[in-house]
Amino acid sequence: MAISRRKFLTSMGAVIGAGTTGALTKAYGAAKTDFKGYPESFGVLHDISRCIGCRKCEQACNEVNKLDKPERPFDDLKVLDQKRRTDEAVYTVVNKFSGTPDVFAKKQCNHCQEPACASACFVKALKKDKTGAVVYDESLCVGCRYCMVACPFNIPAYTYNDPLTPKVTKCTLCLPRINEGKLPGCVEICPTEALVFGKRKDLIKIAWKRITQSPGHYIEHVYGEHEMGGTSWLYLSGIPFEKVGMREDLGNTSAPELTSGALGTVPIVVGLWPVLLTGVYAISKRKEKIADEERKEAVQKATDSATAEMNKQLSQLKDKLTREKDTAIKTEVKKALDASAKKAAEAAKAAEKPLAAEDAADDDTGNEEE
Amino acid sequence: MAKENITAEKQFLTPFNVVAGIILLVGAVITILRFTKGIGAVTNLDNNNPWGLWIGFDLMCGVALAAGGYVTSSACYVFGLKKYHSAVRPAILTAFLGYALVVFALHYDVGRPWRLPYPIFYSQGTSSLLFEVGLCVFLYLTVLFVESTPAAFEWLGFKKIRAWVVRLTLVLTIFGVVLSTLHQSSLGALFQIAPSKLHPLWYSGYLHVYFFISSMFAGMSMVIFEGTLAHKWLHHKMDETHLAEAEGVVLGFGKAASFVMMGYIGIKLIGLAVDNNWHYLTTGWGFWFLVELVGFVLFPAILYGMGAREKNTTFIRIAAFWTVLGIILNRLNISVIAFNYHLPSADRYVPSFMEVGTTIFIVTLGVVVYKFITTRMPILYEHPDYKEHH
Repeated sequence: MAISRRKFLTSMGAVIGAGTTGALTKAYGAAKTDFKGYPESFGVLHDISRCIGCRKCEQACNEVNKLDKPERPFDDLKVLDQKRRTDEAVYTVVNKFSGTPDVFAKKQCNHCQEPACASACFVKALKKDKTGAVVYDESLCVGCRYCMVACPFNIPAYTYNDPLTPKVTKCTLCLPRINEGKLPGCVEICPTEALVFGKRKDLIKIAWKRITQSPGHYIEHVYGEHEMGGTSWLYLSGIPFEKVGMREDLGNTSAPELTSGALGTVPIVVGLWPVLLTGVYAISKRKEKIADEERKEAVQKATDSATAEMNKQLSQLKDKLTREKDTAIKTEVKKALDASAKKAAEAAKAAEKPLAAEDAADDDTGNEEE
Repeated sequence: MAKENITAEKQFLTPFNVVAGIILLVGAVITILRFTKGIGAVTNLDNNNPWGLWIGFDLMCGVALAAGGYVTSSACYVFGLKKYHSAVRPAILTAFLGYALVVFALHYDVGRPWRLPYPIFYSQGTSSLLFEVGLCVFLYLTVLFVESTPAAFEWLGFKKIRAWVVRLTLVLTIFGVVLSTLHQSSLGALFQIAPSKLHPLWYSGYLHVYFFISSMFAGMSMVIFEGTLAHKWLHHKMDETHLAEAEGVVLGFGKAASFVMMGYIGIKLIGLAVDNNWHYLTTGWGFWFLVELVGFVLFPAILYGMGAREKNTTFIRIAAFWTVLGIILNRLNISVIAFNYHLPSADRYVPSFMEVGTTIFIVTLGVVVYKFITTRMPILYEHPDYKEHH
């Protein structure tokens, strides 16, 4: 059953005791590995079928968090005719979903077990506290608004019109009040016990007990038990959650898990890329060197063969020239010899002339004719 | 004396300077509004749409289109494609200016810009992909700054320190590729945390791979596109080497881009198959997805291929411009258009005039600084004193 306020306050004594030693107030960044949530963390069970749309929780939230007063008072229920979301001055809203009867559902930060916002925050301005609250530290926030992009429930808001000190705003689960041993403002004021505060693991049991004890009254699903890795706020509803503006297609994968793959490649890239790229560089250098050597070799070869060819041609030419020269010499020698032979013959003839002048003259004429 | 003044004034009042001056003036007014009245006064951002044009264009597209720096320098110095040497300096300068402007633009978008060093020096949220982006962009901006200094040192005549920086080229290039791989991909991975908000056709477990691969052809296309503009307006500043190598750069990068884009289409189809998202293709969003993938990736990829095969630089230049548009479309689809696709149209984001004005202002600022530097420093030509040194 729901934890009564007294029972809760008694148990808070222990919490405060632990809190003062710092064990519970210490906050942790988002974890990447399988994380089932802080075992003793708190949560709130919102039974949508019990909500009457009185907006008392909105009023309490406004007062507890000292937010700007809205234009229309909290008892003006006409406000419910409009679909609303959380914004810089409103940490929680109740929306009306028309039907027979009308259904009302409260909306605020669900305080995820593994918050997308905390995992997305690059300065750890958002953290999951051991109490279950997802807490925001304005003093660190740069204002990148990636948490708002990351939040699957569209909860964080931003004070866009503040030029110098803009900040993210969202439900704090009333962590300061929890630390004081009080209930969250909205839970405390709820007149219909549509909101129950307690340890999350107990709330899950209570939720399932209600489902089994009132067959047909509830959808057989505790919203937030597994959605996006589980949330500290849990919901029961008599009509499908989609019909009260809650997305049923979020899946059960926690936000950090969605990005862990991409983050996991970082060390591999850092480790391997320099090796790979230096290797590529070395290969291209070596290729260049080998190409250079090959070019030199080829040039050398070409030069060598050209020289050889040239030498060959030269020697051939030389041979030819020598041969021609020899031939020429021989011819000349022969000519000279012939000439001298002729001369010798003529001389001999001349010497023989007195003996056979006529015969020789006939011979000469005959020779010349040939 | 008086005559000289008149000519100086005339030169100063060129159409370019007048238009740029007006834009810068409007930018200054918006800047004052932004920092006195808050983000809400100048943007259409709201609690459902925390990121708009300033992130979608100035950051997402700015970083993707500045990828030419790591692509060109690694092609030249790591892969040894020396014929792209004359393209390295303009690409590095563009990348440096691109990243500097990304960081500059972030000062408008984040709530408390004076805290931008916090994630690096004060409180490290290491589980965040934005932390990875921030750290890598910070480091890479430093690398690009160092890589850009030799041109300034040559201009100023600081020979010794220039020689010292030039010796670091290879290390800086490799470091630059590592950092670029990381933050280019992380920009895509940023959206992996929100599967319920980004349309399934764009959401994928491979988003980080898509962003990295597409950054390669984004960079190449930007080098070609920017080269085309530079040839038109700064032709007189280019030396013979630059002019002689320019066509080779266009043809080579065009061919490479075509190749990478075909691979990109392949992995996009694998992504569709892995998540079995084929049935979305017949919806309106599917049509829009196909416009992006077929109209702005496949088409320019084919055009690039044809241009490379037929040595038609006009084809390649058109393909480069088309691809740049495609990258802008892709980044805007993921960060703005297909993001929050499930919200009713009344809750959807459309940028305000002042957001558009700021973006134009920042781009103009980049062009003005680029022009200032290229008309003074040895970017598009080699400094005569240092020709032997590379």
